Amino acid sequence: MTEARDLLLKIRDLRIEGRSDEDWFPIINGVDLDLHKGEVLGLIGESGAGKSTIGLAAMGYTRDGVRISGGSVEFDGIDLVNAPARVKRGLLGRRIAYVAQSAAASFNPAHRLIDQHVEAPVQHGVSGRSDSIADGTELYRKLRLPNPDEIGFRYPHQVSGGQLQRAMTAMAMACRPDLIIFDEPTTALDVTTQIEVLAAIRQIVQEFDTAAIYITHDLAVVAQMADRIKVLLRGDEVEEADTRTMLSAPKEDYTKSLWAVRSFERTEKPLAGADEVPVVSVRGVTAAYGDTPVLHDVSFDIHAGRTVAVVGESGSGKSTTARCITGLLPPLEGEVLFNGQVLPADYRKRTKDQLRQAQMIYQMADTALNPRRTIGQIIGRPVQFYSGLHGLRLRDRVNELLDQIELDPDTFYHRLPSELSGGQKQRVGIARALAAEPEFIICDEVTSALDQLVAEGILRLLARLQDELGLSYMFITHDLATVRAIADEVVVMKDGRVVEQGGKTEMFHPPHHAYTDLLLSSVPEMDPDWLDRLLAQRGVDNIGDAAVDKM
Amino acid sequence: MSAWLWIIATLLAVAALGWVFRAGGRWVTGNAPRFRDMSYGEAFGFALAAAALAGGTWLYLQPGAVFFRWAVQGFVIFAVAAYLFRELGRLIGTEGTRKLFRQMPLTAAFGILVILVYSFVAIFAGQISLRTVIIVAVVGMILTEIVRRNTGDAAATGFGGLVFAVNLVFVVMYLVGPIAPHGQEQVFELANVVAGGDPALGGNPDFPLGTDQIGRDILSRLIFGAQNTVGIAFVTTLLAFFLGGTLGLLAATLGGWLDQLLSRGVDVLMAIPSLIFALLLMTIAAVWAPQTGIPLTYFMIVIIAVIDSTRVFRLARAVGINIVVMDYIEAAKLRGEGLGYLVFREILPNATAPLLAEFGLRFCFVFLTIAALSFLGVGIQPPLADWGTMVRDLAAFINYAQFAPMAAVTPLLAAGAIALLTVGVNFVVDWMLQKSSGLKE
Amino acid sequence: MRIILQRLGLGLITLLVVSIVIFVAVNMLPGDFAQVILGQGATEEASAAIRESLELDKSLTARYFSWLGKLLTLDLGTSFAQLNFASNMGGAGTVTVAEQIAPRLGNTLFLAGVTAAIAVPVSVMLGVLAALYRNTPFDRAVNIFSLTSISSPEFFLAYVLILLLAVLNPILQPLSNINSDMSFGEKLEKTLLPALTLTLVVMAHMMRMTRAAIINLLASPYIEMARLKGMSPMRVIVRHALPNALAPIINVIALNLAYLITGVVVVEVVFVYPGIGQLFVDSVKIRDIPVVQACCLIFAAAYILLNLTADILSILSNPRLRHPK
Repeated sequence: MTEARDLLLKIRDLRIEGRSDEDWFPIINGVDLDLHKGEVLGLIGESGAGKSTIGLAAMGYTRDGVRISGGSVEFDGIDLVNAPARVKRGLLGRRIAYVAQSAAASFNPAHRLIDQHVEAPVQHGVSGRSDSIADGTELYRKLRLPNPDEIGFRYPHQVSGGQLQRAMTAMAMACRPDLIIFDEPTTALDVTTQIEVLAAIRQIVQEFDTAAIYITHDLAVVAQMADRIKVLLRGDEVEEADTRTMLSAPKEDYTKSLWAVRSFERTEKPLAGADEVPVVSVRGVTAAYGDTPVLHDVSFDIHAGRTVAVVGESGSGKSTTARCITGLLPPLEGEVLFNGQVLPADYRKRTKDQLRQAQMIYQMADTALNPRRTIGQIIGRPVQFYSGLHGLRLRDRVNELLDQIELDPDTFYHRLPSELSGGQKQRVGIARALAAEPEFIICDEVTSALDQLVAEGILRLLARLQDELGLSYMFITHDLATVRAIADEVVVMKDGRVVEQGGKTEMFHPPHHAYTDLLLSSVPEMDPDWLDRLLAQRGVDNIGDAAVDKM
Repeated sequence: MSAWLWIIATLLAVAALGWVFRAGGRWVTGNAPRFRDMSYGEAFGFALAAAALAGGTWLYLQPGAVFFRWAVQGFVIFAVAAYLFRELGRLIGTEGTRKLFRQMPLTAAFGILVILVYSFVAIFAGQISLRTVIIVAVVGMILTEIVRRNTGDAAATGFGGLVFAVNLVFVVMYLVGPIAPHGQEQVFELANVVAGGDPALGGNPDFPLGTDQIGRDILSRLIFGAQNTVGIAFVTTLLAFFLGGTLGLLAATLGGWLDQLLSRGVDVLMAIPSLIFALLLMTIAAVWAPQTGIPLTYFMIVIIAVIDSTRVFRLARAVGINIVVMDYIEAAKLRGEGLGYLVFREILPNATAPLLAEFGLRFCFVFLTIAALSFLGVGIQPPLADWGTMVRDLAAFINYAQFAPMAAVTPLLAAGAIALLTVGVNFVVDWMLQKSSGLKE
Repeated sequence: MRIILQRLGLGLITLLVVSIVIFVAVNMLPGDFAQVILGQGATEEASAAIRESLELDKSLTARYFSWLGKLLTLDLGTSFAQLNFASNMGGAGTVTVAEQIAPRLGNTLFLAGVTAAIAVPVSVMLGVLAALYRNTPFDRAVNIFSLTSISSPEFFLAYVLILLLAVLNPILQPLSNINSDMSFGEKLEKTLLPALTLTLVVMAHMMRMTRAAIINLLASPYIEMARLKGMSPMRVIVRHALPNALAPIINVIALNLAYLITGVVVVEVVFVYPGIGQLFVDSVKIRDIPVVQACCLIFAAAYILLNLTADILSILSNPRLRHPK
């Protein structure tokens, strides 16, 4: 694996700047990178670390408003920083290819897949149209796309996300490039789909002995894909090492803290007694958007001081259940009980006190906070609205809430949401929910838009608040690591039905329902051999969508 | 046919020039990236621009090209004025406004300058009364107090300075007197005086732009036109915004049958082209006006406001719907907030930027519609001075362009006055939209 | 295809509702307005004829359906001016509204056609170029020029063009008094000046929208993907951005063509072009209700038809709708 091979890509002291208003500020502060032929390098880091920027710079490309201010990028002896535009265009697509994060957005909706596939080989004069169509079909077959002979003649919107991502990998392979940049190719996919794409990418990269830079924020994913790993933090390299060395013995504190995130786990509280009245009880809820049924007979209980994680992939009805509980979507059948009392189905018919008791924290803090109101106003409004406090006493209460979420009141009271970081915004969202002094909070994917370290902070905060204030949480998530960290009980949903429910420990140990099993086994682990083992165990045809279809 | 040959020859020459320019650039700069990566199209563009510049200079020096010289001089004067205005804006004002002026393109500075000048001329066309001066002062004080209570000290100081400056202008203009030399309805014995003030050509220095067919001073009527045309358009737009904006935001917030009803109604009204609909309704209003004793102009204001409010409704609703789906609105609804709080505290503050830009666009549209109606003879009625009507009345002078260029200018001045304001407003709106869309290419 | 039928039905309903709106608007007039319009000089017969043509003795709904029924057989009635003229002249030689409008509608369509033939290709091309060379001096110059021409009233552009191309440099005719006896070339020459004026007005709009529609797409990931496949800037715009910008471009073209058929009013008046717009304005001035009503309906129908076409074309240009899952 690590025998000495020709150097393909050599980056030295790369410096990149981005523009905001009139000033240029640094994004990358001098990064070195070596890549040999046939080698896969994993680039990992949190958002803002400059992973994608380096990936694109390796192609001699910068996005609008970004420029290379220093250093060199050499691809096979060609200086990409100073090369004429025409020379660079000749390399792109032919010798260096790119696989983007969202295949659904990166395929042109106006053309068929195969037309986009053959564009690079035909335009670069690598091969004729009919040859590259035949080759494309062959690649589709290799990547185990269903109906390889026919799928290329579909438009992007007619193909599912996981399949598109594989078709995009095929497109990158069209000219048999020396180097492929994978820019978070599986981030937007569900776990069961991700596994299939990972297996396909790894197989084809190995088969054609292509060098690759694999960019991701997910350690477990990169562990499966890369020979070497480079860790980045805000435009600086933290460390670089062989994958196994990096996983077993990271040197730097930052890397260690990244590795440690996954170890946060709260002890599970014992299940509530059968005679206890649950805070929230969902009973036989069936709901639909217009004529489209979304939920079928969903039932579960949430007890005082407990966290119930509702797990499932996109479209499984998790968020719809939350909408039924809050009364935004009155269910067709069934009812929602609060402390044993039936709540009116429509939120408009609920009393102020009933509304106060159930609060919500949203996934996207950007859309959850009114951009035109200050933090003080955002948190102060529910306080004033429910308790009628005003003047200094209102201010005191808001300060108290800001203290609770670990933000300094004097600094943040007059700020607007746009002046806060993602994690801080999410904290303000929590404070707004707390301001109503509720018993029950729905957390809708609250950590999925955040970096892992920040997300961990939010989870710890929520756990602390639960212990201090005796809150009950309904925790909607698709991430099983989050479930492991915070949940007491787990409800697994699929296609609008509850597939399985029970205590956390019980859920993470077999025997499972077949779907839960697939879900659990698809979560990548921080072990470089995990994917090999899984494929050996289940076989290539028993993972991902193929396995779901069999159910 | 030889004309075509000339055109083709010129184009070929320009094409060759472009090629030489690029090749020369590469050779001189030693293949610098600027020239190395230049496409031929770009090089051709530079050559074409150079050719146009050369042609323009040549034309400027021709004795016969009076109008071209005027156009060039006008353009240069406007550009310089806009530049100086922007420099001024960078020097005085609060930190916020200075930053605004620093980032402003020249076109937007020009637009703001034009709007300021027009407002100035419109307000002070005639003698203002003492009462107006006092009202302005009182309103200014009240507004300053409100701003002081709601925002920080820095903003209040800046606003106070602005109010003081406006008051000062009012007091000075009260003492100086009207801008217009004569009244808008004042009829003199000298009719059809030619513009230019040269007695040898049939002009009169008392009337620098001449008089019209019944002997009214054209300059004064132009100045009063600002008051009438712009003022009426402004009031109409306000009305349209009040109607369309309120209903649009309501429809977005409430949804359901109210939204359906209003939206379908607006669809139908928008299926009739606005100018045509306005003309139809004006026909009917013209029959009603004398019977009810209400001036036709009031009918016009209401008719155009209603027709235009449909467009405002569409935009306000679209903007509102984009905001209503936000999670913070859901949070407010689930809190149990009332309609008033939702619309005024949560939605409106986020809708102001697009609505303000739309106000500029709508104003231009209303202004042009009224000008067109007046030009067709069914808009603002005499004896009020109005630019659209003036263009129609003076249009025949165009034919004297070759003998008396000044005479031909008067109808164009009235039409140009309309164009200048709409261009100015559009420049400002364009800049605002670009800023808010954040499209930084 | 169901969606297209739906749009067609919707267009038809809109047209019907518009006809009701126009009818009701006109019937808001006071009952004795014929007298008011014709003034003191009206003969008894003329007033009677007008009253009769208005069918004032019937109910509103009955009148509407009778009007609609006649409309479907293209019987648009007779204009008041013609009725008055006829009664003064002894009842002979009246021309119906349909006969009055038909040739003028042809002229207006001719003018609109000439304008569209110049404006559409030029503006789409300029829009693409401006998007390709965005933020260069070329783009800025085009931007300023187009903003200026959008903002100017039509009559300003018209008189400037007359001044430049007819008075100072007599290349074209300032008056466009075309008639059916002229040859196509002659007609074209006389139509050129109003057509150029309209071109200036609509071109700016179409060009800006084309540019904006393309630039909007340039931030999309698939455009970046095309660049990263090493495609030339021209190919990126023409092959990857343009097909996706078609829907908004088609829409703005249709909107501007609709504007051509309606906004010609002012331009026709300036150039004394014998089109339907001028007839409309003249009739508005003398309050000749049957003509005003008929013209209004024609304008609305053209407007609705063009918007409908645009709707259907943009549905057809969208692969999501053309190739359902």
